[in-house]
Amino acid sequence: MAIPLTGQIINLCASLLLLIAFAMLSQRRILSLINLFALQGLVLSVSTAVVAYSSHQHHLYFSAALTLVLKVIVLPAILHRLIRRLNVRWDVETMFNIPTTMLIGIALVVFAFNLAAPISQMAGTITKSTLGIALACVLLSFLMMITRSKAVPQVVGFLSMENGLFFAATSATYGMPMVVELGIALDVLIGMFILGIFFFQIRAAFDSLDLRHMEKLKED
Amino acid sequence: MTVSAVFYQLFQNVLVLLAAPLLMGWIAQCRAWLQNRRGAGVLQPYRNLLKLFHKDAVLAHDASQLFLFTPYILFACMWLAAALVPVIATDMPLSSAVDVIALVGIFALARVFISLAAMDIGTAFGSLGARREMLVGFLAEPALLMVLFTASTISQSTSLITIVEVLAHKQFVLYPSLAFASVAFVMVLLAENARIPVDNPSTHLELTMIHEAMVLEYSARHLALVEWAGALKMLAYMTMGIALFVPWGIAATGKWHALPLAVALMLLKLAVGGAGLALLETLSAKMRIFRVPEFMGTAFLLAVLGLLTHFLLEA
Amino acid sequence: MFDQFGALPIDFALGAVVGWLALGIAALLLQSSRFVTRFVFPAGAFCSLVLAAAGLGALTEPSTALLPLGMPDLPFHLRLDALSGFFLVLLGGANIGISLFSSGYFRTMAAPGLSLLGFQYHVFAAAMALVLMADDAYMFMVAWEAMALSSYFLVTTDHHLPEVRRAGFLYLLMAHIGAIAILMCFGVMQGGHGDYTFETMRHAHLSPFWASITFLLALFGFGAKAGILPLHAWLPEAHPAAPSPVSAVMSGIMLKTAIYGMLRVMFDLLHADQWWWGVLVLTLGLLTALFGVIFAAVQVDMKRLLAYSSIENIGIILAGIGLALIFHHFGKETLSALALTAALYHALNHAFMKGLLFMGTGAVLHATGERRLGKLGGLIRHMPKLALLMLVGTLAVAGLPPLNGFVSEWLLLQAFLFSPGLEHSYINMLVPIASASVALISALAGYVMVKFYGVIFLGQPREESIAHAHDAGIWERIGMTWMALNCIALGVFPVFVILRLDFVTQFLVHRSLGVSAAKTGWLLLTPIQAERASYGPLVLLLCIVGGMLLTILVVKRFYHGRMRRSAPWDCGFPAQTPRMQDTAEGFGQPIRQIFEWLLGVVRQLPTPFDQHPHYHSETRDRIWDLLYVPIKRLNEVLSAQVGRLQQGRIHHYLLFSFLTLLALLAFVK
Repeated sequence: MAIPLTGQIINLCASLLLLIAFAMLSQRRILSLINLFALQGLVLSVSTAVVAYSSHQHHLYFSAALTLVLKVIVLPAILHRLIRRLNVRWDVETMFNIPTTMLIGIALVVFAFNLAAPISQMAGTITKSTLGIALACVLLSFLMMITRSKAVPQVVGFLSMENGLFFAATSATYGMPMVVELGIALDVLIGMFILGIFFFQIRAAFDSLDLRHMEKLKED
Repeated sequence: MTVSAVFYQLFQNVLVLLAAPLLMGWIAQCRAWLQNRRGAGVLQPYRNLLKLFHKDAVLAHDASQLFLFTPYILFACMWLAAALVPVIATDMPLSSAVDVIALVGIFALARVFISLAAMDIGTAFGSLGARREMLVGFLAEPALLMVLFTASTISQSTSLITIVEVLAHKQFVLYPSLAFASVAFVMVLLAENARIPVDNPSTHLELTMIHEAMVLEYSARHLALVEWAGALKMLAYMTMGIALFVPWGIAATGKWHALPLAVALMLLKLAVGGAGLALLETLSAKMRIFRVPEFMGTAFLLAVLGLLTHFLLEA
Repeated sequence: MFDQFGALPIDFALGAVVGWLALGIAALLLQSSRFVTRFVFPAGAFCSLVLAAAGLGALTEPSTALLPLGMPDLPFHLRLDALSGFFLVLLGGANIGISLFSSGYFRTMAAPGLSLLGFQYHVFAAAMALVLMADDAYMFMVAWEAMALSSYFLVTTDHHLPEVRRAGFLYLLMAHIGAIAILMCFGVMQGGHGDYTFETMRHAHLSPFWASITFLLALFGFGAKAGILPLHAWLPEAHPAAPSPVSAVMSGIMLKTAIYGMLRVMFDLLHADQWWWGVLVLTLGLLTALFGVIFAAVQVDMKRLLAYSSIENIGIILAGIGLALIFHHFGKETLSALALTAALYHALNHAFMKGLLFMGTGAVLHATGERRLGKLGGLIRHMPKLALLMLVGTLAVAGLPPLNGFVSEWLLLQAFLFSPGLEHSYINMLVPIASASVALISALAGYVMVKFYGVIFLGQPREESIAHAHDAGIWERIGMTWMALNCIALGVFPVFVILRLDFVTQFLVHRSLGVSAAKTGWLLLTPIQAERASYGPLVLLLCIVGGMLLTILVVKRFYHGRMRRSAPWDCGFPAQTPRMQDTAEGFGQPIRQIFEWLLGVVRQLPTPFDQHPHYHSETRDRIWDLLYVPIKRLNEVLSAQVGRLQQGRIHHYLLFSFLTLLALLAFVK
């Protein structure tokens, strides 16, 4: 059973997304994290464009362009400016060490695939086997949010979770309605601005962006 | 076993023996160009080997027979490994005796012997090198095995010839699991051949030595054999990478006329690979020694992920 | 072959057992150390040869026997079929080498202790043979208990040392806990018919619930003897405490009787029904193997290192058995046969490899008086022949081609790779993860073996006292050479072994590999299909040796062979002492650092202000602290509670007896 070339390219993009999600898990430097996030956005827009080409759903071209502008250019630019002004470039500490985090990541991938297997059998799109990968990307981003102790990697984890959800949408149902998509994009952009403001406040209060300091806020 | 098969095998044996130092020379030359130096020329390794063979061997008082035999064992193992990987032709009788698992086993055998020989003299450097080498090896060997397993499950065989035939002659299919496997393979190649970022091949500082520490006590013809074996190991790894990930152009069984083209293509691929390796080395810095297990662990887990992806996506 | 003698293989086997018992009694009665070492042990080796030949014959012709011993109406049933025959070959073959080694090893031992040891040793061997031949539960338990008791006495040979007594007690305790579980397992299996023969159990059909209970009891009971996680605690204590030949027998052969028991119960008597049995056994096996090899990497006593390595190998055998169970459930019989062949081959290999290594440590202990790796080193210069034999053993355990350890690992990995898509998706996922674990375990085993051989034999002696070590004696070397030759033969000629193993897999899962394994001739091992996988160890060995010889010849011919000796280069360091090399602990430091969360490492480091700096590091077994110590405390609490019944008043005791009598009468009614 030979999958057509477009299907193979989409599979390849899916595995690249998974690879990038793992690479983000194992990264120590915040700068490389942001670059990986931009790369993830690029792969995502390429994959959306290919899906648009093969399934003749032209509104997906618009989605791909929106992803490209927002996630490859605008958001990484905002993040770069943020970290330059906050003067954070390193994130040395994680909750578990990196091989353990990756082992948990592999277990999550297996779990996500087993979960997605019956659903992808019902979907009628060309990309049904990639639903598992999308779910795995979401779970891995969540894991990244949990295991980091500084604020900026957590935000990057949140953003890549949104990437994973977008990929899941394109692979299962050929994209979301345009209204929903524009709404989400706007939400994410506004969220970024607000989080940026919060980071300055946290820094002013604790003199560091280590989120474990926030434990001092609880009432004793 | 036809005459042509025996001919191909002998031809490959001689070719890899002669080409291995050339590959090392080419990589060193590329590094020199990238670092804006003139370099010593691609034939420098041959001159080094010739010089070493002429010298008197100096051995420590306490060196045992194991120490004396190890360079020969190492050389024979690496020669066999380099001669096995089908890269110019797929008609090679030795491959039916040694499959991918046995190939990894041969590398392990060589690694164990060189580690034991390093511990033989009883200096601090020897045991340090042996310990670090086994540390790198204990994660690199399973990673390599998993990469080869990914290729084996795609081609439903562990015989190197069948793997290359399936990957080269099937219609062009993009295998995502091989994407993971290729990243893991490059990391293993860097680690096992003692290149930056895992080990610096030209260092003599105790803090940074892994491979150099093990061969510190060898001299003259023994050192020449060890260096040649190292070059053969690099050639074996590069040809493995070529055979697994870019196998097109290989001569099929019985087609003599395809042989010159296959040899030319192999040299071209090796040249590109060597230049890529030099670029990778120039762009990275050497890791601290206790980051190496993390690096290798990442390679191992990526390789496992590649195998998993095959089971999940392509089966 | 046996028809010429007009007797069945089982008669020869029984003859060998009787011979052992006679030798043991003779050793006990004639309290002469010369007699024991010069006659009893070599004669014991001859009996082992007979036993191995009988086992080989039994592979093709199964036979049964009925001994009118035991209780009236409960005679001993004995049976020698393919499975028993294989394990008898293992027992006999390994015991030849160990007996020959013992006849040289125990020459320095005094007479009273030695005659007792001779008696216990041969009773131990006879009991193991009877366990393998038992065909009913009664005979099995009698032989099992005899095995446990005789090995307890063997372990506590040096009973004047408190740690030996402690190790022996722990061993006996675990052995009996396991025996209780096995007894209950047999009790459930006989299904209420009252007939305890295996024949009846084979045909009794248990409901899935009771079959699972039986399976779990068998896994627990035999697992306690085999040393599976978490029942392994006795192994690292008992093996170092026992004399080296006894450790060799225990590690090489006794652990395999537990494997035999498992195979007999799971495949033969229970017919391997449910899918989760295989998954449980596979997971348990892999965890055991990982545990064993990680702990082995951080040991500082050479016999403890080998004991943990034995745990690792048992884990691998168990993983093979688990895989075979899984395949058998899903109906893939050929793959099940492949996995079983891998497991059985590994059992055979381990008997020879580990026996060889334990015997070598015995020779080292005799020569230097040291068991700790931190005091050894550089023995290759004083004991070259021993070092060569140990090199063969080390390479074999590390699983390197072309020796035998590699063949069984190759077969196991092939079994993983050949597995097609199984219906259950989680089990499908298990296959790549399990194969990754096996690869990791074998790489770590290589690390452990380099540490073992390098620290003991290579480098400089770490203590001046061991510089006068003498090489092993002639009998010791003969015994070890036998084991080493077998390691090489099993590695280079696997096809012949697999053709014999086929009888066993045919018996267990009704499928064999032999036809396809030998299709391409005896040179290449090709399970199932030649295009899919093939391995030719003899070709490999000839290529490597040929390459070496060619290189040596060419170098000698074209270049001079001048060589001179001088001080080591050592990067120009002028002062060099033996203390500068790695200690055993230092060599294992990377592994300890990576797996610190798993190993309970207790360290006491000196501070700059110490008058007498003191460094202490200990690797504790976490499972001991988490599982055994709470159970021990619970036991003590319960015993204290029950102790309150001991009031000291006679009326209460009479009351207890009266109540028990009433209860029994009511029950019988």
